[in-house]
Amino acid sequence: MSDQLYREVILDHYKNPRGHGVIEDADAEAEGFNPLCGDEVSIYVSFADDDETIEDVKFSGRGCAISQAATSMLVDMAKGRKATELAEMPKDELLEEIGIPLSPIRLKCALLGLGVLKIALHRAKGTPLPQEWAGLDELEFK
Amino acid sequence: MAVTARPKLDAQKLRADFPIFNELIHGKPLSFLDSAASSQKPRQVLDAMQRFYETSYANVHRGVYELAERATAGYEGARETVGRFLNAPSAREIVFTRNATEAINIVAYAWGMNNLGPGDVVLVTELEHHSNFVPWQYVAHRAGADFRMLPLDDEGGLRLDALDELAGTGRVKVVAAGMVSNSLGSVNPVEKLAAWAHDRGAIMVCDAAQGAPHRVVDVQALGADFVAVTAHKLCGPSGIGALWGRMELLQEMEPFNLGGHMISRVTFEDTSWGEVPAKFEAGTQAIAEAVGFGAAVDYITEIGLDAIEQHEHELAAYGLERLAELPWVKTYGPPADRRAGIISFNVDGIHPHDVAQILDGEGVAIRAGHHCCQPLMAKLGVAATNRASFYLYTVTDEIDRLVDGLHKVRKILS
Repeated sequence: MSDQLYREVILDHYKNPRGHGVIEDADAEAEGFNPLCGDEVSIYVSFADDDETIEDVKFSGRGCAISQAATSMLVDMAKGRKATELAEMPKDELLEEIGIPLSPIRLKCALLGLGVLKIALHRAKGTPLPQEWAGLDELEFK
Repeated sequence: MAVTARPKLDAQKLRADFPIFNELIHGKPLSFLDSAASSQKPRQVLDAMQRFYETSYANVHRGVYELAERATAGYEGARETVGRFLNAPSAREIVFTRNATEAINIVAYAWGMNNLGPGDVVLVTELEHHSNFVPWQYVAHRAGADFRMLPLDDEGGLRLDALDELAGTGRVKVVAAGMVSNSLGSVNPVEKLAAWAHDRGAIMVCDAAQGAPHRVVDVQALGADFVAVTAHKLCGPSGIGALWGRMELLQEMEPFNLGGHMISRVTFEDTSWGEVPAKFEAGTQAIAEAVGFGAAVDYITEIGLDAIEQHEHELAAYGLERLAELPWVKTYGPPADRRAGIISFNVDGIHPHDVAQILDGEGVAIRAGHHCCQPLMAKLGVAATNRASFYLYTVTDEIDRLVDGLHKVRKILS
């Protein structure tokens, strides 16, 4: 089971995270915390000249392989897309990319970064927040 | 009863009492190293509860019919058993609760809310499980009392030398401490804390949820005023625990839950309370669970608490020795001779969730997280740890499989 969970692509993102770091003077940012396991993720976004296309995304934080790898994959998925598009992106799109069966407790690890990104966009652009994410109400966002 | 020397227990033989060990986890035999969270249940306890439901079940204290009498005898018999187990002066001082947390909440609310105020000090330890921390923090804040924490030394022991300075000129009213730390496994000097508390005119509240499964809890020898225990950690069912309190304190206290059974007389205008312990047992209690609690106490008493304690010391020593072979593993807490069968550790650079997940694939169950001890984790400077914990049915082979599993964790994630 664990062999399947920690498949190569997950390990690659975990060991070589894309966009790890901080954007000073970011156009949008937010921080999230999973009190169950102490995963922390901060996300920073800068927009292109049109002020809606995501030019760059970086993240910092610490946590389990699933939370960090999932956030790294999200960075790849987010660049070049519009804020409104990402706000509407269903969680399943990220989960398909992750491509492994996740137990309810690990699902929260996997979705932490996406939740933080949506909150950052919501604050900067007023984009809508998701109505319902299973279990995500237990996560804390700042 | 004849006293027979039982210095050792045969864990391998005892495992046959626990049906769970017949289960395969991901196709592998179970190595269950999470007994500090909750223990597994022996056939003797499961059978006692099943038998009670099949032959003796009705609501207690009410009916005049035979079955109600059998049920009451079962429930009250369990109270007697738990009272003897804790060496309570009277079984009437045993209040059944849902768990140890609820037992502490009863004291925090029913005693604390009526006895704490500005200028008073509530003192807990940095080691506390949230169960003996959050209720006191909350009630102290509500009552306007000071909430202070006794610090730890480098090995996770309590700094008793800091007590006087910490109390200062405040009126210490409550000292609350666990008997055994659920994260570090440290065994706390409750007797000394109780003596200090009483010198100061404070009450001593002991959370023995992690103590009672593993060593003798003698409430009179401890010198505490309230002791909380839970059944599910000592081979009993979940949903039942007990509060022991000194009778005069229980009698002075206001009730906590209000409703049926806890009354003496109810009129449209007013209600008077029933006698202790009924005063604290409103509504239908966990009846069969109480019977299971009694059966669990009988089970571990038969094995012998001294033998269990000794067995766990040996396992802790073995576990620490095996983990010390791995330079990339850091363990926390006191040396083996001063700890119960609990080892918290971290693997360099690898989050505990990932460690626990990979171990699960090997059939090895450990706990990963903050263990309901966030203040302690902050003190240790970690977000979370892994924790392996042992019980009377744990064998060294399970610890070996933990170590093998940790090598696999490293192979996958480093």
